[in-house]
Amino acid sequence: MSVLELRGIVKAFGANVVLRGVDLAVDEHRVVALIGGSGSGKSTLLRCASLLETVDDGQVLLDGEDVTDPRADADRVRRRMGVVFQAYNLFPHLSVLDNVTLAPTVVHGRSRSEAAEEARALLDRIGLGDKAAEYPDRLSGGQQQRVAIVRALAVRPRVLLLDEVTSALDPELVGEVLALVREVAAQGMTIVMATHEMGFARQVADTVAFLDGGVLLESGPPAQVLGEPQHPRTRQFLRRVIDAGRL
Amino acid sequence: MALRRRRRPRPVLSAPVPGGGLPPPSELELGRRAWRRRRARRSTLVALASTLVFAVVAYVAVTSSPGWPRVQATFFSPSAALESLPDIARGLVVNLQVLVVGGLLVLVAGLGTAALRTLRGPAWAPLRILATVYVDLFRGVPLIIVLYLVGFGFPALGLQGVPTSPFVLGTAAIVLVYSAYVAEVFRAGIESVHPSQRAAARSLGLTHRQTMRIVVLPQALRTVTPALLNDFVALQKDVGLISVLGAIDAVRSAQIQVGQTFNFTPYVVAGLLFVLLAVPSARLADAVTARARRRQQSGSLL
Ligand SMILES: Nc1ncnc2c1ncn2[C@@H]1O[C@H](COP(=O)(O)OP(=O)(O)O)[C@@H](O)[C@H]1O
Ligand SMILES: [Mg+2]
Repeated sequence: MSVLELRGIVKAFGANVVLRGVDLAVDEHRVVALIGGSGSGKSTLLRCASLLETVDDGQVLLDGEDVTDPRADADRVRRRMGVVFQAYNLFPHLSVLDNVTLAPTVVHGRSRSEAAEEARALLDRIGLGDKAAEYPDRLSGGQQQRVAIVRALAVRPRVLLLDEVTSALDPELVGEVLALVREVAAQGMTIVMATHEMGFARQVADTVAFLDGGVLLESGPPAQVLGEPQHPRTRQFLRRVIDAGRL
Repeated sequence: MALRRRRRPRPVLSAPVPGGGLPPPSELELGRRAWRRRRARRSTLVALASTLVFAVVAYVAVTSSPGWPRVQATFFSPSAALESLPDIARGLVVNLQVLVVGGLLVLVAGLGTAALRTLRGPAWAPLRILATVYVDLFRGVPLIIVLYLVGFGFPALGLQGVPTSPFVLGTAAIVLVYSAYVAEVFRAGIESVHPSQRAAARSLGLTHRQTMRIVVLPQALRTVTPALLNDFVALQKDVGLISVLGAIDAVRSAQIQVGQTFNFTPYVVAGLLFVLLAVPSARLADAVTARARRRQQSGSLL
């Protein structure tokens, strides 16, 4: 059984139909890279999956449970997923440590000391142990994004959703964030990541899915989708990416 | 929703410049600094001189006017001032009590009303509509009318248990009106918190209430502190209006003395006391506003 399964997801904003029936299954310990042009609906799909948007049709299944059922408690479901956003979205009025321990203590009812200990261990592992007491705006973008990833991991999610986590970063800071994602993936976390980093997707993802015109046009192993794309739209998209020097 | 980047990451400022401190200033920079110093000195002198000239002209114009001796005797009589001061000061204590009690109640009621107005979903519609109607109503009605209606209307009902003290009724009227203003200030603050903050909180599994309490309100509070302080300054003088209900506050004490002596100096005394009360809060409001602006600018520049 897949950890996360999207079935026929439809989502529209007014007259703008962004997703027209998207199917995607993510098995445990697998990494799926979601690629597609800007405005193709990658963020919307991830927001639907994490119940930050209400779908207009279709189902989101988490460990086989239909979490789009209106009777499901969305707050409880969200506890089982971690989301990392393009713009980090750390809480600016809380210290780095409090950002990480907020959900474990408030949502999961763990004791402060236990949560803080675990958070410090995580921060130490990413080399930010000495920043625990700092406020986010004292950190570089790369450091903030790594804290955001740790914050999402601190709730021990079943699946981690990453939305272009390096797109807001200065080029020299991209590497440190990708290295962390790679490590998290290597430890077996189930991941869905929207990304423009094709090289990274090729190395880390088990599946690459190309979103275009509101549907998944093509998906499969990276070597296939990125190396021998079947669909002309995929080829066109990849050529544009190559021209921009991102492959 | 497309999550835009809100600001560029700020560089970490801790690393020292290689080779230690600032290099010594060049001739050019020294020259510029000297010029700036000279210009600053000249502007100070000009400002001083013009203030002085203005003050002298105003003083001469007022004191040489034909009615001045009478005005001075009726409005600026030192003996009348001294005589009225103790009573007015005692009255001012009443105003301060209304200010403290009312101010706290306004904070609570304003925040509550603002929170009600942010509720979504049909189940909350009645409360949301009620809060909206309340805010529209009490922002529109002049405070003095609310004071009359509450202060004289409630006791006229003759209901058992309805307080008749002008202190309580006056405070209630002020709280009714100011809570509506403050609710709007809070609501603006809540809406100024970027939606991505809410998304981040909800994605961690926080409920709507937890998100409000832990993530949105603390940030909203920071943005609205200057506006709240300004409303507090306004409240400081409006507490003098409870005198229309007969509460023996600073204004009413002055009025009583004026009635006895037909000298208006007590009003001036009461007015000055209110100004003295307002100045520290006004300065504090300015300082907080300036700090908030600096923080915002440094955030957007880097
Ligand atoms: N909250 C929203 N309201 C209205 N339109 C939206 C909203 N969020 C996204 N959209 C629209 O949905 C489309 C897909 O956006 P998005 O999912 O952000 O694409 P991507 O992440 O692939 O760049 C865009 O046309 C965008 O304008
Ligand atoms: Mg996006």
